[in-house]
Amino acid sequence: MKRSIRFRLNGRPTTLETDGDRTLLWVLRSDLEATGTKYGCGVGLCGSCTVVVDGEAVRSCQTPLSAVDGKEVVTIEGLAADDGRLHPLQQAFLDHGGYQCGYCTPGMIMNAYALLRSQPHPTRQQILDAMDGNLCRCSAYQRIVTAIEGVAAWGDAGDGRRSLRDPGPESGQAPSQTSGEASAGVVGGSTGGAR
Amino acid sequence: MTVTSDWTRSDRPAPTRGMTRRGFLQMVGGGIVICVTLGPTEVVAQRRRGSMYPEDVNAYLRIDENGHVTVFSGKIEMGQGVMTSQAQMAAEELGVALDAIEMVLGDTDRCPWDMGTFGSLTTRMFGPALRAAAAEARTVLIQLAAEKLGVPEERLVVKDGVVSVQGAPGRSVTYGALAEGKKIARLVDRKAVLHQVGHFEVMGASPERLDGRDKVTGAGLYAADVRLPGMLRARILRPPAHGATLTHADTAKARAMDGVTVVQEDGLIAVLHPDWEVADKALKAIDAKWDVPEPAFDTETVFDYMVAHAPKPETAESHGDLAAGRAGAARLFETTFRKGYVAHAPMEPHAAVAEMKDGKLTVWASTQTPFPTKDRIASAVGLPADEVRVITPYVGGGFGGKSAGGQALEAARLARATGKPVQVAWSRAEEFFYDTFDPACVVQLTSGVDADGKISLWDYDVYLAGDRGASLFYDVPNARVRVFGSWRGEGTKIHPFAVGPWRAPGANMNIFAAESQIDRMASALGVDPVAFRLKNTSDARMQRVLQTAAQAFGWRTGASPSGRQGGPGTVRKGSISKGRGVACGIDAGTYAALMAEVAVDTAEGAVRVERVVAVQDMGIVVNPLGAKMQMEGCVTMGLGYVFSEELRFRGGKILDQNFGTYELPRLTWLPRIETVLVDNPDVDPQGGGEPSIVPMGGVIANAVFDATGARVLRLPMTPERVLAAIEEAKTR
Repeated sequence: MKRSIRFRLNGRPTTLETDGDRTLLWVLRSDLEATGTKYGCGVGLCGSCTVVVDGEAVRSCQTPLSAVDGKEVVTIEGLAADDGRLHPLQQAFLDHGGYQCGYCTPGMIMNAYALLRSQPHPTRQQILDAMDGNLCRCSAYQRIVTAIEGVAAWGDAGDGRRSLRDPGPESGQAPSQTSGEASAGVVGGSTGGAR
Repeated sequence: MTVTSDWTRSDRPAPTRGMTRRGFLQMVGGGIVICVTLGPTEVVAQRRRGSMYPEDVNAYLRIDENGHVTVFSGKIEMGQGVMTSQAQMAAEELGVALDAIEMVLGDTDRCPWDMGTFGSLTTRMFGPALRAAAAEARTVLIQLAAEKLGVPEERLVVKDGVVSVQGAPGRSVTYGALAEGKKIARLVDRKAVLHQVGHFEVMGASPERLDGRDKVTGAGLYAADVRLPGMLRARILRPPAHGATLTHADTAKARAMDGVTVVQEDGLIAVLHPDWEVADKALKAIDAKWDVPEPAFDTETVFDYMVAHAPKPETAESHGDLAAGRAGAARLFETTFRKGYVAHAPMEPHAAVAEMKDGKLTVWASTQTPFPTKDRIASAVGLPADEVRVITPYVGGGFGGKSAGGQALEAARLARATGKPVQVAWSRAEEFFYDTFDPACVVQLTSGVDADGKISLWDYDVYLAGDRGASLFYDVPNARVRVFGSWRGEGTKIHPFAVGPWRAPGANMNIFAAESQIDRMASALGVDPVAFRLKNTSDARMQRVLQTAAQAFGWRTGASPSGRQGGPGTVRKGSISKGRGVACGIDAGTYAALMAEVAVDTAEGAVRVERVVAVQDMGIVVNPLGAKMQMEGCVTMGLGYVFSEELRFRGGKILDQNFGTYELPRLTWLPRIETVLVDNPDVDPQGGGEPSIVPMGGVIANAVFDATGARVLRLPMTPERVLAAIEEAKTR
């Protein structure tokens, strides 16, 4: 049954008149042109479709659209700054070679993004446990862990790039909602998945 | 170097169909175009009909008036990094910065014909041609610059696409200015004078990958991400088992659904809708009945069936006298090894988008073989090959599994049937059903050693894995290798579903068997497994990778099993027993030696790999980081076929349909991986995508044996099989 569903996608207000039972993954890919979020297994076992909803990593293939009504959805398209500067996690995946074919990479980065928002300085074991549900068949795992560790290590120390805990005045946008933690921004950037 | 600037060279027949060289050049446009052939043998091997460009061209590059270099290559990027490594090779020889190069890959209208991206061939086969083309282009540009600047060629130097007079950098001209208004075409063979290792500026380094930014931002396009106006997404009716026959299909309910199109033709029943999910619901609304044949065998009984029904053998290797070797052996070892079917399971399931426009069909496909796929599409839809174009976006993992997929044909047929752009994107269950699996296989092996501890006999029979990795690199006087059918599955009706190449096809099984057997013999003689290998091979490259690995690993000498004996390099604590193992192999011209440390829970049968050292001699290394990433990927992916991956089936029915029951390696399995590249500038660049995965079965089996004294002879080594082997070892 069609209904009106409103949420913020990568910082931008988004409204859809559609069936709320539809799956977030297919709405992102079919209706919103946000094809960075990938189908991998369709049953929540591989993590390729991971997006972040109100700060939590969710499997978008297991999320009905109605569940994000009124919420803040961040996809891989929402991480880099408007001027194209990469989010520290994206930069770290690039620097450390934390990808090969790249198909699992958006889900990996979004899962890591949610992890570092809730736990800015995870131990190696915490990283392994939190990322264990994200599969990478090329098996870039060793460098994925190194990339996340790299970001976790400098965390909010700042090296001229935006830190995870700083939504960034450069983005020119104040967070429109907060997710409980005062210093945690809603989205890292606001380049649109919904164009 | 042979340089031919005449495009109507008479010693080669003109292409019978498709474009002439003149037409080809018009299509390419102005500037300087350099084409290269791989050489007579490969040209014959790769000759085919319906070419859009001269048939004897394998690679070409173009320099335009802006100094922009475009490299056209039929290879595809599926994660292995060849978009970058090919650009590095071209930039190196041409004398430009990496960012001056644009790569066009796997587009059948724009790139030279290519048989496919597999076999770790891109760098070792295609690389020399590409480097020769770039080196020739540099020669042409220097000649032009000499004329323009009025100085002899030998006084000119090239850097970053600028030719300048040595000692007078102000007197210079850019590649772009030299190419301006020109229409120069050259055809060269690959014996050009290439840059030597010591002078490399772009090769031998690890720049940021050209595909990196696309991949970390989600901007990279994969086949399923291609969106066209009015595009329909298709779901296709599939049988419950291979070999099943459709007896009844009622599509009325699907037809009644809003916006759903149903196509029923020539055995294809598909439902289409702009949204995948709605199409999927329509598919579930089809009432279909099937006749399913009785299964002949299953996951457990396949091996006996296979040996009984295998094709006749071909002798791949034979020397000495087997009977004499048997009679003269001080000790004989007879072993049977087994391995089940393994899936490719790339994270990106097969996908394709097809569009008919102005009589021409364009298909975007996730494929490792764009050119053969184009030909198959043309024959499936009844179009001339020139009216079909295949474009290959980024491929989300291949591993050999995207060589023969039918999704592109399905999309093409449905686009013709509906007159609309159509996307076919397989579900994970379809991916598991229509995969071309790495076949189940068996090795029966009898070997012997003489009184001096030298291997004297090697009688090796391999069933359905083929000969890759089966040839001996140990010095054995009496040896025979017989191959009963290859991994391709031709000449046999044994497999109930499709089989095909899987990362180093056949070699994973052959090296698992051979290297386990070598260890068995070393252990029986009470000799250190590394020392035993060194004693029995005179191959200097193999000796070197083994010695390098031993040093990097900190190998402590001692016979296996050392864990059970509490010998060197091991710890026993509670039910955990630790051990270390070694295995080596040759694949794609590259030598690999691996060493691993494992901890075995002897009560549960679970094995944890704690550390792996991988050493490769792959000749000249084009991109060291890329090579190391491939090695790490090989080690980690290898843990899957070693520990968990075995497709369960009953006849043509595939029981594993998703990752819940078919377990891939995951992050928490990750050992510490250290990679070492042996410096060997005397050998041209060799393959890198596969060599380090082939010793994974052997190195882990040998480490488990070292820890427990139990030898696991079947892959994958599930906890049950490890426990059974431990129990069996107790009875000996």
